[in-house]
Amino acid sequence: MSSHSLQTGNTRGWLFSSWSAALLVALPVCSVFYLALFPEENIWQHLADTVLPVYIKTTLLLMAGVGALSILTGVSTAWLVTMCSFPGKRLFEWALLLPFAVPAYVIAYVYTDLLEYAGPVQGALRDLFGWQTAKDYWFPEIRSLPGAILMLSLVLYPYVYLMSRAAFLEQSMSLRDASRILGCSPWQSFVRISLPIARPSIAVGLSLVSMETINDFGTVDYFAVKSMSAGIYDTWLNMSNLGGAAQIATMMMIFVVILITLERAARARQKQFHTSDRYKAIDPYALHSWRAGLAILACGVPVLAGFIIPVGVLGVYATNHLDQLFNSDFLTHASHSFILSGSAALLCVLLAVLLTYAKRLNPNRISLVSAVRFSSLGYALPGAVLAIGVIIPLAAFDNRLDAFLREHWGISTGLLLSGTTFAVIFAYCVRFLAVSTGAVDSSLNKVTPTMDMASRSLGMTPGSTLLKVHFPLIKGGLLTALLVVFVDCMKELPATLILRPFNYDTLATYVYQFASDEQLEECSLAALLIVLVGIIPVILLSRSITGTRKGN
Amino acid sequence: MLRKSLLTIAMLSSAFSMTAQAETTEVNIYSYRQPFLIEPLLKAFSEETGIKTNVVFAKKGLLERLEHEGANSPADILLTSDIGPLSDAVAKGLFAPFNSEIVNKNVPEQFRDPEGRWVGLTSRARLVYASKERVKEGEISSYADLADPKWRGKICTRSGKHTYNLSLIGSVIAHDGEEKAESWLRAVKDNLARKPQGNDRAQVKAIKEGVCDLALGNSYYFGKMLTNEKEPEQKEWAASVNLIFPDQEGRGAHMNISGAGIAKNAPHPEAAQKLIEFLTEQQAQQYYADANFEFPVRPGTPKSDLVKQYMGDFKGDTINLQRVAEQRAAAAKLVDKVGFDN
Repeated sequence: MSSHSLQTGNTRGWLFSSWSAALLVALPVCSVFYLALFPEENIWQHLADTVLPVYIKTTLLLMAGVGALSILTGVSTAWLVTMCSFPGKRLFEWALLLPFAVPAYVIAYVYTDLLEYAGPVQGALRDLFGWQTAKDYWFPEIRSLPGAILMLSLVLYPYVYLMSRAAFLEQSMSLRDASRILGCSPWQSFVRISLPIARPSIAVGLSLVSMETINDFGTVDYFAVKSMSAGIYDTWLNMSNLGGAAQIATMMMIFVVILITLERAARARQKQFHTSDRYKAIDPYALHSWRAGLAILACGVPVLAGFIIPVGVLGVYATNHLDQLFNSDFLTHASHSFILSGSAALLCVLLAVLLTYAKRLNPNRISLVSAVRFSSLGYALPGAVLAIGVIIPLAAFDNRLDAFLREHWGISTGLLLSGTTFAVIFAYCVRFLAVSTGAVDSSLNKVTPTMDMASRSLGMTPGSTLLKVHFPLIKGGLLTALLVVFVDCMKELPATLILRPFNYDTLATYVYQFASDEQLEECSLAALLIVLVGIIPVILLSRSITGTRKGN
Repeated sequence: MLRKSLLTIAMLSSAFSMTAQAETTEVNIYSYRQPFLIEPLLKAFSEETGIKTNVVFAKKGLLERLEHEGANSPADILLTSDIGPLSDAVAKGLFAPFNSEIVNKNVPEQFRDPEGRWVGLTSRARLVYASKERVKEGEISSYADLADPKWRGKICTRSGKHTYNLSLIGSVIAHDGEEKAESWLRAVKDNLARKPQGNDRAQVKAIKEGVCDLALGNSYYFGKMLTNEKEPEQKEWAASVNLIFPDQEGRGAHMNISGAGIAKNAPHPEAAQKLIEFLTEQQAQQYYADANFEFPVRPGTPKSDLVKQYMGDFKGDTINLQRVAEQRAAAAKLVDKVGFDN
């Protein structure tokens, strides 16, 4: 039976609405292309002759480093907490997600404070060995490429952890048992069975990490690392050439497309589905003595370095500023953060379901599949550039509508969407759709098409099949998507700053006012609040993801 | 979904009601200046005039927002912390020229656009910070001295692409021509102790730590460090350096401004002009400058004790800033060309 049989008359609506959604979300990306094609003054030659090679090399190194570290940390810890039992496993299950709630720029500030010359670490060393100045001894420079790789990996590995954990949870025990009966050691079974099956999900996690890395600006700027993202801002702001910046951004997006295409090509021939929904509960490997110790260490280090230390430092700072709680509009900022992030997360997941399901119904329409891929490109754009890409179509729409209504009805609508919270939420959706699509898509792909066929041959519409058959099966993926997008939006800064309405602050923008001036102490309390607010959904949803495995 | 659509309807209706009443009872500001510097002034302005102020603060992108919002943009004023964005806005034709007797009386010509499209509100000098211990009095007295090979491995600065350095390099180009500026910049690069990084304060800290002996920095950072109760170690950084005002025998120290312009499509142009006039008057000038240890642009405005003590009478460059701004793009290319930041 071919997948064609899934297409009937009533999939048209799906096709139409998914196309419109994909196009809408692609508008800002197209605006950036437009800027790149028609710059006011073309400085591409100058860039290529001078700084571009440095930008490209630095970015490649940064991505390779962060990717490798994230996979190493994320996959190993996910496998440990899913497939093994050792003391503290339940705790680590959700604790490993915690660094995800810490914004990268905050972690960079904290570690710089700790590790630089005037910080406590080097100070103690100087006291200990009687060194006098910086010239007397060698200490690794935190503000460097390796430093940036470390900082970004600490806050980005949870993507890989989340995705690979969801994949390990969904894996069938019978496969593992079969491999063990056929003589595989636990390690061989992991490498030959579990890892290849989880590979699509790990790849999704890795591509998210790569895109986050490629567009990070806060950390690379603070560490004086000349990545492409730093180059974009430099060209735009210091050379007053937005066109040149858009050209680098376009190159970056092409870069990302190549990356994803390569990855997909590598696993084009792989498809596995669950052959049954009869799950056995996971029967974990029990770890004892030194093995348990190693597992605790492996899971403990990322949590300690990525969460406990930075939050501890913030906490110490914050105790000097507790008075802020009573005299600033904390609740307002927090509620703004919550409403914006919550709406964007819901919208992102709805859009992701619409797009991925339409793709499933029409797998042979290359145009639709490409449109869905294209709509994820917003994630590869640095936030501030994306914000400009959002302003252009929204303002154009507002001004056209205003002109039209004035002409025909004598009404002025002014700027209907630009400069409202709608613009901010729209930007979040464009930016983080890739995240939700990735998570939903990898869940949906694991549901075998025979399910659809059965349901549809029993007379269900595509819509009711989605609700009654797929939805219960992909709940875990949906929750993962919701959680990741929510926390991402809470932390989002550059686009929020540029697009927000008058007199409007979120927790992130409030932190930024001070952090941008390297006054971390001043805003430690708000930074702590972002982290804490981010933690609550992390914990809640982490628990329900665990619960999605039937038989547990 | 229902809640979403209700929200949209609510937003639409509020948008309608907002645009329906364009009165002069408020003024909308896009600000590149940090909120804590301007909020008290805006409050005083509202108390005096009854005009409400609305602010969006960001470090970048507001210019583009203003540009694309076009005819219906709600913004009246763009406040900046540097000449750069002001000259960019002029180049894009986003400012409406205004001619106010009060402003012309209060602000010297070098700090105003000859065509009245922008005006400076505070000024600052870009200085050489020199180690008290390792640099003798009189050993360095001009920007040109920074290129002397005797300072090999002794100079720290933030990125050459930072807007403050671009204006400085732009002023060197404006005075000496591009060729001379290039050889000067190359020689300064050869003298760097480390790759350009961190902000202006971080350079002074590096002097304290013995990483380098000389650094470039804006004048007001000295005051900010000296009075920093939140991070007392910054007082030690400041205590370890002397302030050198360069070129006192020549053209004077390079000056820059924070400033403002009125948007071409401002819905409240009168209120906007009122606010700018207010900011050039003595009281606001004194507060605005003191808040950040900058210099008032209005002659005869009393300076704070700290500024008087450390940055008393000095000779500032009197070249019109519009001429400096015109060279910023060339300065940025020069920085790339000599690989200053690499």
